[in-house]
Amino acid sequence: MVPTILLDVGLMAMLVVVAFAIVRLKSLFAIVMLQGVYSLVSAAWFVSLDAVDVAFTEAAVGAGVSTVLMLAAMLLADRESRPVPISRQIGPLIIVMVAGFAMFAAIGDMPAFGDPHSPANQYVGMNYIDQTAEEIHIPNVVTAVLASYRGYDTFGEAVVIFAAGLGVLLLLGLNGNAGKWRAQPNGIRISSASAPAARKRPMPEDAPKPPSKPKSTPKRKSSPKTTRKSTGGKS
Amino acid sequence: MTPHVILRVVSKLLIPLIAMFAFYVQFHGDYGPGGGFQAGVILAAAVILYALIFGLDEAKKAIPPSWVRIGMTLGVLLYGGTGVVTWLLGSEFLSYGVLTPDHPSHGQHYGILAVELGVLLAVASVMLAIFYAFGSRQPELSDEDW
Repeated sequence: MVPTILLDVGLMAMLVVVAFAIVRLKSLFAIVMLQGVYSLVSAAWFVSLDAVDVAFTEAAVGAGVSTVLMLAAMLLADRESRPVPISRQIGPLIIVMVAGFAMFAAIGDMPAFGDPHSPANQYVGMNYIDQTAEEIHIPNVVTAVLASYRGYDTFGEAVVIFAAGLGVLLLLGLNGNAGKWRAQPNGIRISSASAPAARKRPMPEDAPKPPSKPKSTPKRKSSPKTTRKSTGGKS
Repeated sequence: MTPHVILRVVSKLLIPLIAMFAFYVQFHGDYGPGGGFQAGVILAAAVILYALIFGLDEAKKAIPPSWVRIGMTLGVLLYGGTGVVTWLLGSEFLSYGVLTPDHPSHGQHYGILAVELGVLLAVASVMLAIFYAFGSRQPELSDEDW
């Protein structure tokens, strides 16, 4: 039992360290990568808590796909976050402290981990575990609950995912060409006319071509320090 | 993009394995951890990895955006359609036992299979659609620009 607790504490400590690093960093690229690390560590922690299905999802979605999506979104924005003045940090700090204090105060009411008398381990959950074997005949109770007993919920989930995809497609277009738009990542101006999806269309004279050698663009916003930091690993 | 020989070779080996693993997770979900949601994300991750290594245009040739659009609707329709079928057979929405009246547990198997397939299609397509939408909106970066 003791090694498991050590593992849990170690993983939690790693989560805290990564979270502080995310708060302190300014380079958005590093922050996105650290968010992937955070997801992967929490996935490991879920495995340690025997929630393998959740860990699976966290590793695939959090560390995999959402990191890529965040990178793709970041490329349309600046590479560095701008510092926020102290006066605007006080309000959020108070909210976070009150919420954190409320959570700590609520810990006392939580059932112990694995407590057989906790609400989660009584009532309908026990019925699912008892009846899955005879009603559905599959060994994995999680799948039985997800797809059969709670089929409505999962249907709602599928519709929510569909709606999310639909929203993105309505806003951006499947080829990224919905509407007229302009972005200035890293000081390089791109627009609906210069994006790769729009290349086949005749290009207006004033629109800059997709920069093949961004090094020569003098308009770069990012300081040389971060440029060195972000490319340092590859040279 | 040409210099990354190792990345290209390794990912060429890995991408089919990742896709296979997605289907393993999908169809083994009754017995082990996994299911439609995880399988869909892994399948999308295989295509996204392909796009990251070989370029978005190549990925769009392999999985055209129109497929993605059809896939996301088809997935939700497959899930809802299973419910409608059970409805028409005279039972409640999404109670699969009615699919095979003699063996209700077999019907549960078929129902779960259909529903998970719908989730797989919807999730994989939506993930790819979001990736295509964001990824198409910027020019490709040279290595130095990262």
